[in-house]
Amino acid sequence: MSRINRTVIAALLATAGVALAQQPRSAVEEIERYRAALGDGNPAELWEARGEALWKEKRGPKNASLEQCDLGLGPGVVKGAYTVLPKYFKDTDRVEDLESRLVSCMVSLQGFSPEQAKKDPFGGPGKKVPMDALVAYITSESRGMKMNVQTTHPKEVEAYEVGRKIFYFRGGPHDFACATCHGADNQRIRLQDLPNLRKTSDAQKAYASWPAYRVSQGEVRSFQWRLYDCFRQQRFPELTFVSPASIALTTFLAKNSNGGTLEAPSIKR
Amino acid sequence: MKNNITIVVLGIASAVAVGCASMSHNDEAALGAKALELMKASFHEQGQAKLDRLDQDEVQKVCSEYNGDRKIPKDVADRLEKAELATIKYPADGKYVGDWKNGERIAQSGVGMQFTDTAGAATGGNCYACHELTKAELAFGTIGPSLYNFGKTRGYTPEVQKYAFGKVYNSEAFSACSNMPRFGHKGILSEQQIKDVVALLMDPSSPVNK
Repeated sequence: MSRINRTVIAALLATAGVALAQQPRSAVEEIERYRAALGDGNPAELWEARGEALWKEKRGPKNASLEQCDLGLGPGVVKGAYTVLPKYFKDTDRVEDLESRLVSCMVSLQGFSPEQAKKDPFGGPGKKVPMDALVAYITSESRGMKMNVQTTHPKEVEAYEVGRKIFYFRGGPHDFACATCHGADNQRIRLQDLPNLRKTSDAQKAYASWPAYRVSQGEVRSFQWRLYDCFRQQRFPELTFVSPASIALTTFLAKNSNGGTLEAPSIKR
Repeated sequence: MKNNITIVVLGIASAVAVGCASMSHNDEAALGAKALELMKASFHEQGQAKLDRLDQDEVQKVCSEYNGDRKIPKDVADRLEKAELATIKYPADGKYVGDWKNGERIAQSGVGMQFTDTAGAATGGNCYACHELTKAELAFGTIGPSLYNFGKTRGYTPEVQKYAFGKVYNSEAFSACSNMPRFGHKGILSEQQIKDVVALLMDPSSPVNK
């Protein structure tokens, strides 16, 4: 992503923003077209390439690659794996989403300590982290495929139901729950459209668009990041990376998106 | 807690067996307890955002139960509204209307109380995030109703001024399980700031009423 490209995008977004203010609906369509036009050159490809190299690279105290990691469809199967996550894993005896599964494999296969594996969950200015790249690579291997999360194991059922309770949990100084902003049709914060995550069509579209390259941040953001930053705006304390509540909530949202076609890593403002 | 977890799992299993629609109140309560336990273990304190933000008061607890297609029963709503109404501290000087220009700044600002915000710094009300207020500001949200011409349509009376102050102070006193924060009750805005927001809504010279 060159500086020039970023400037061009910023200018386009600014233009789109002005248009949006004047003509809310048609401008949203304009932004969709703009996204589609950008789709061919999504900078997330750089993360995907780095992630694929990291997946195959011998790392950690055991000097091993992640290639034998079981992401849900058997050891080493990457294609389509993201569409079945989160899922119960027998070896760890718990439900794991993509990020927590990667942590488990970094520990079991590569010999990292859990603390080391979780140390840098999100990239930032001047800091590129392996987790973002691995997430970009693995999700890109499910692009175009339909989400298909199952809740057959009792712990999967429990994660989904607990996730539902978390979705409706009101707390903090502002009384906000996820449902405050994502529980009704056709709502906006300022000019930002809000998906109604109680409704299948919205849930499919929203979940299937993560992870995403955020133009405004110059980073690929994972679904763990999406939840982390939503809770920050909810005025909750800081969500711990790959924590049980984050996985439960992800299970709820991911299963509700079943049937939706994964478009990720996508590109967002 | 070990017992509770077992109960949850059994509850879920039976609910699945007979269809999830029949998830009983006890199952929901056990799930709620499990969710809270997980959340307490899944967040950590950061800056001004301490873990006690997960401790729900009565409104938060009850409104977390009634959601989606489960509408709050009237007797429960009446009980909550009565209790919340009693929390409202109306200005001792009897004046509800401050400076609308400052109210506009408060309505524009979403700063405050996130773990990335500086503790103790002046907070905003972020009214525009959810409401249309003036015709000049086009970037308004739609979670709440339009408040354009608020005073003009309702009349610039002391009764409406008092209602506006109370509504901003504690929205739950007038509409149980409203999505709107309780700005006064939760200490998000000061009394003077609420007066300024009321002025934005109620001053005849405010752009809200133009």
